Amino acid sequence: MTVHELLQLPDLTALCLEDGEREIDGVYIGDLLSWVMGRAQSGNAWITIMSNINVLAVASLADVSCVILAEGVTLSEELLTAAKEKGINVLSSSKPAYETARLLFGSLS
Amino acid sequence: MSEPLIFHFDVDGDNFTSAGQASVTIKKDLRRLGLSSEIIRRVSIAMYEGEINMVIHAGGGVADVRVFEEYIEIVLTDRGPGISNIDQAMQEGFSTAPDAIRSLGFGAGMGLPNMKRYTDDMKIETVVGEGTTITMRVNLT
Ligand SMILES: Nc1ncnc2c1ncn2[C@@H]1O[C@H](COP(=O)(O)OP(=O)(O)OP(=O)(O)O)[C@@H](O)[C@H]1O
Ligand SMILES: [Mg+2]
Repeated sequence: MTVHELLQLPDLTALCLEDGEREIDGVYIGDLLSWVMGRAQSGNAWITIMSNINVLAVASLADVSCVILAEGVTLSEELLTAAKEKGINVLSSSKPAYETARLLFGSLS
Repeated sequence: MSEPLIFHFDVDGDNFTSAGQASVTIKKDLRRLGLSSEIIRRVSIAMYEGEINMVIHAGGGVADVRVFEEYIEIVLTDRGPGISNIDQAMQEGFSTAPDAIRSLGFGAGMGLPNMKRYTDDMKIETVVGEGTTITMRVNLT
């Protein structure tokens, strides 16, 4: 399933969709950046509640397919610009991380 | 053997939000060289962890990347406080990061273990009170 297709799900909105055709391959949940860099796989959707410039750097380096900000967290204008520049897909979910993961589980499998 | 390609970066110790710039740049450079995405991912994550460590723990430093035919070498040098116990620092979960840094998502004590995990060879040379040099290698063949 692509990031674009994932956006058909209720509760998810696109904050920055730079590469909607990217395939989603699995999910990783975490807020501590070094855990994400050590454990997330390339292509994973990364669910987090952190929203700062370092999250964008990690998303790019770890090569995740998209960042999903749980709990309705959003990006500031400045971060939105940075996400666009870096070509990172960023979505926002109105649900907590667990509910968001359940939503993805239903669609990915 | 042909000459290596050399990239040099000054890593600013004060500017925490731009930290990671060297790694992001390297990622682009390596992509331009046509290296596999797996190699690029390993090199850029290892370098990012080292770069962030220099910013958080050592007040900045310099990063040098050399691309040889058979491997990529990353050398990170700082004049920070040094590491008094390397075995302890290498343990997953050990961190001396202050609270302000933790609230940004760092300080899990996973950076050095990640650097080891993503590279084929890693060497730490450190003198307390003088600084630290970390040399990492990722094989291309
Ligand atoms: N360049 C350095 N100079 C001095 N001390 C360092 C340096 N790099 C690491 N350390 C020490 O080693 C510890 C472990 O480093 P490591 O990168 O594994 O974890 P961290 O930086 O604290 O957290 P994380 O990397 O998960 O965000 C640090 O907390 C710090 O005490
Ligand atoms: Mg670290």
